[in-house]
Amino acid sequence: MVANPKMNERENILGRIREALSLPAPIPGAHHGEPSHPVSECDAAAHIPEWLPRVGVTFEEQIALFRTNATELKADFLLLDSQEELVAKLREIAAAEGWKKVATHSHELTDDACAALGLPMVRTDNGYEARDMESCDVGISACDALIAQTGSVLVTSQSAGGRALSVLPPHHVVLARREQLIADLPSAFALLKTKYASGYPSLISFITGPSRTGDIERILVLGAHGPKKLTILCV
Amino acid sequence: MTPAASQFKKNATALTADLRHRALIRTALKKYEVVRDDKVSRFQNWQSARQSAAEIKWDAVNHLDTHLVEFARNLEARGTQVHWASNAAQAREIIIGIIQERKAHSIIKSKVMTGEEIHLNDALEKAGFEVVESDLGEYIVQLRHEAPYHFVFPAMHLTRGEISDLFSKELGTAPTDSPEELTMIARRVLRDKYITADIGISGANFGIAETGMISITENEGNARLTCALPKVHIALMGIEKILPKLEDLALFLPMLATAGAGQVMTGYNTMYGGPRQPGEADGPEAFHVVLLDNNRTQLLADAEQRDALHCIRCGGCLNVCPIYKNIGGHAYGATYQGPIGAVITPHLRGLQQWKHLSFASSLCGACTQTCPVKIDLHHHLLQSRRNAIAQKPVWWEKPLFQALAFLFNHAGLFSLGMKLGRIGQVFHPLIKNTGIDPVRAWTRSRELPKVAPQTFREWWQTRK
Amino acid sequence: MKITLFIPCFIDACFPKAGASAVEILERLGHTIDYPKELTCCGQPAFNSGYWEESRTTAIKVLERLKDTEVVVIVSGSCGAMIKNFYPELFAGTEYEEAARSLSAKVYEFSDFLVTKLGVGDLGAQFPHKVTFHDGCHGLRELGIKQQPRKLLAHVRGLELVEMGEAESCCGFGGTFSAKFPMISTAMGENKYGSALETGAEYIVSNDSSCLMHIQGLLDRQGKPLRTIHLAEVLNHRQLPHS
Repeated sequence: MVANPKMNERENILGRIREALSLPAPIPGAHHGEPSHPVSECDAAAHIPEWLPRVGVTFEEQIALFRTNATELKADFLLLDSQEELVAKLREIAAAEGWKKVATHSHELTDDACAALGLPMVRTDNGYEARDMESCDVGISACDALIAQTGSVLVTSQSAGGRALSVLPPHHVVLARREQLIADLPSAFALLKTKYASGYPSLISFITGPSRTGDIERILVLGAHGPKKLTILCV
Repeated sequence: MTPAASQFKKNATALTADLRHRALIRTALKKYEVVRDDKVSRFQNWQSARQSAAEIKWDAVNHLDTHLVEFARNLEARGTQVHWASNAAQAREIIIGIIQERKAHSIIKSKVMTGEEIHLNDALEKAGFEVVESDLGEYIVQLRHEAPYHFVFPAMHLTRGEISDLFSKELGTAPTDSPEELTMIARRVLRDKYITADIGISGANFGIAETGMISITENEGNARLTCALPKVHIALMGIEKILPKLEDLALFLPMLATAGAGQVMTGYNTMYGGPRQPGEADGPEAFHVVLLDNNRTQLLADAEQRDALHCIRCGGCLNVCPIYKNIGGHAYGATYQGPIGAVITPHLRGLQQWKHLSFASSLCGACTQTCPVKIDLHHHLLQSRRNAIAQKPVWWEKPLFQALAFLFNHAGLFSLGMKLGRIGQVFHPLIKNTGIDPVRAWTRSRELPKVAPQTFREWWQTRK
Repeated sequence: MKITLFIPCFIDACFPKAGASAVEILERLGHTIDYPKELTCCGQPAFNSGYWEESRTTAIKVLERLKDTEVVVIVSGSCGAMIKNFYPELFAGTEYEEAARSLSAKVYEFSDFLVTKLGVGDLGAQFPHKVTFHDGCHGLRELGIKQQPRKLLAHVRGLELVEMGEAESCCGFGGTFSAKFPMISTAMGENKYGSALETGAEYIVSNDSSCLMHIQGLLDRQGKPLRTIHLAEVLNHRQLPHS
């Protein structure tokens, strides 16, 4: 019988790892003479929220932090009072930017708002042509959460119309509900674990500001490959 | 001296004499320090965050076998094909095999440092495929047929003028001195590549064992597009990139952003857990993860330096390294530059060939102080020196240090030595900085300190 | 207190004033100085060059001679770090491991000893000059010495301390590194004194003579109007200006 070479490499690598690990390694911080405890007894993850940037507990504090972060990231953030206001705002942006074609997906937040624009639409729900989406002026999507701590938008391939919608058009508009605002990154991962207990989407993405690069002389330029603009409308 | 060592010395000599280059790098990195310090100060406790990160990576690396098995099992359960490559040749063969099987031709790549390590682009081009780098910096250095200058900022050594000239020559675009216009030129060229490419190749910043996902950190959205549109996604990942749990990312993503580029969070942090799943709008039909050893197990076997596998490739140690700031990234001649490169390259590519990198350090410790996962970088350089010398002492150094040890242990001889030095230094100016000056390495650029008219021990004697 | 003073080889030979100043300061504070003149070097040159066996030959003599001392003070952050931090590593797993650890616990760098152990600040010094301070890497990062020398300098009459932008950057000496890679070492040194020159200081002060030896060597070769001086000499400077 011929051994499966792929299987062999797996076993070879695991074998080398096990052999290497027969010698124990010094534990982190040992060389600085810091008080240390066996790593197996520690629960580093439990303390993560205490080390990360501080987030207030009230909605007002969290929304203010999200706004500050979004502004710093050069994303537009608007807190609106009603669905009607959201639709009106979207129409205003569409007119100001001269949108001619819109990419979106079916969702209770996007359906009415996009229909109200009265523009040709590419919907990703049942597949789409990449060139067709590329020619859209905007991608309008829902999301899973807004994260106050970092100003990030959490999307997945299930919640936000697939993988390309949030990165291929030159402008990404996120529609969110205020209940979707969460405090910090640990809460975001807790939310993912609960929401997708029966199976994770194939893509989970934390979008933090519009696409950016500093590759030329470390000078910030927006819209390197993904969207040049990120607008978050929260109702 | 090995070829790598003499090339390094040659590069370092030329580059330290290039004041324009030195100023360029220092200016670029000065900006980094300012924004990094600002983001570090936003953490409630950055030092504790470092300790937690180090402990999580310690657990990951010291139980690598079980985590990798879990990682692969979880990926496979959702339709991903996991491949294991012991070395560079195997990894290249696996990747080329996947592409050939698909009868594919064009490839779009987001940044893959492991790809640089295994010289993937060369292999793909030799096999007849078209490969385009999509990260702006990588795209620029690819057009220049150069290696990345810095594993986070690949084109940091170039000015906008040089990039404009490059684009004019290679792409026929009009010259411009606007970084924004230059970025838009690359955007236009690469948009079409994402849509037409058959294959997308990416790296991986983290591999999440618990859920079977790879996590990719990027700012431009090029990796998002690379992993969205082509029919096949291949991710090449070093086996040490494992994190045990999904929520570990809550710590590692902001730390990588802070230490790497002084950001709160990098623009896109994306976890890929498989090919397109039922009910999803898009995504690749096939997802392959290639796990690469390539001597990482060699480093793993060195328990003393094992923590070098904690590295999350933030590049922070390069950014604060006074050596890097004066010679830049190309001088090293290695895939991974700076302090972390000096630590791991001898393990990945041979101690005797690459030991010079561990000697090319003043051991100032700025790297160790900055490392977000607390790798004991500058002490590892000392250990590598010890290991290299224990294996193969330098023929003239060994007796020299033996003689010095003898001298130091006989204070009378030491005193005599100082007296002789006092006589010698009267005549030294005759040969100073000439070919026969035994201390020319010093006197080429510096004046020699003088033995004092009265040494400390002589002074002490007079007080009695 | 009976203080054992360890004088590093290059201070003994080239910068004896730094050592003598330390002696005079400590004696003025009422302490007795023990100078073990059979010791010459801590073994760091061999250690840093990878020759740990040869380094141990030198270091064993240090361990044995300093075994029964009360406290050991070193007028150098670098040699201090060698004995305090690296001896335990150098002797790990040998019969001297315990001796290395117990010596480590009673070794102090000079400025740290004055501020942390003796709790003094004002030594009555007078040094009417504008100075900038260079943090030697070993003192700063291995031993955590940052505020101690500044506290002492703050009490020196007439002295104005202007911090340079690159105070914490390595000067490029690095022991044998300076001879193995002189071009990098020199470039680093140029950045260092360039930053010091920007402050308009007359002196670069440091608690490490080895860094100063390298910086002074560069300054002399390039004819720059800037001097280097060891912290102990500044703290022992008591004469009034003549006019």
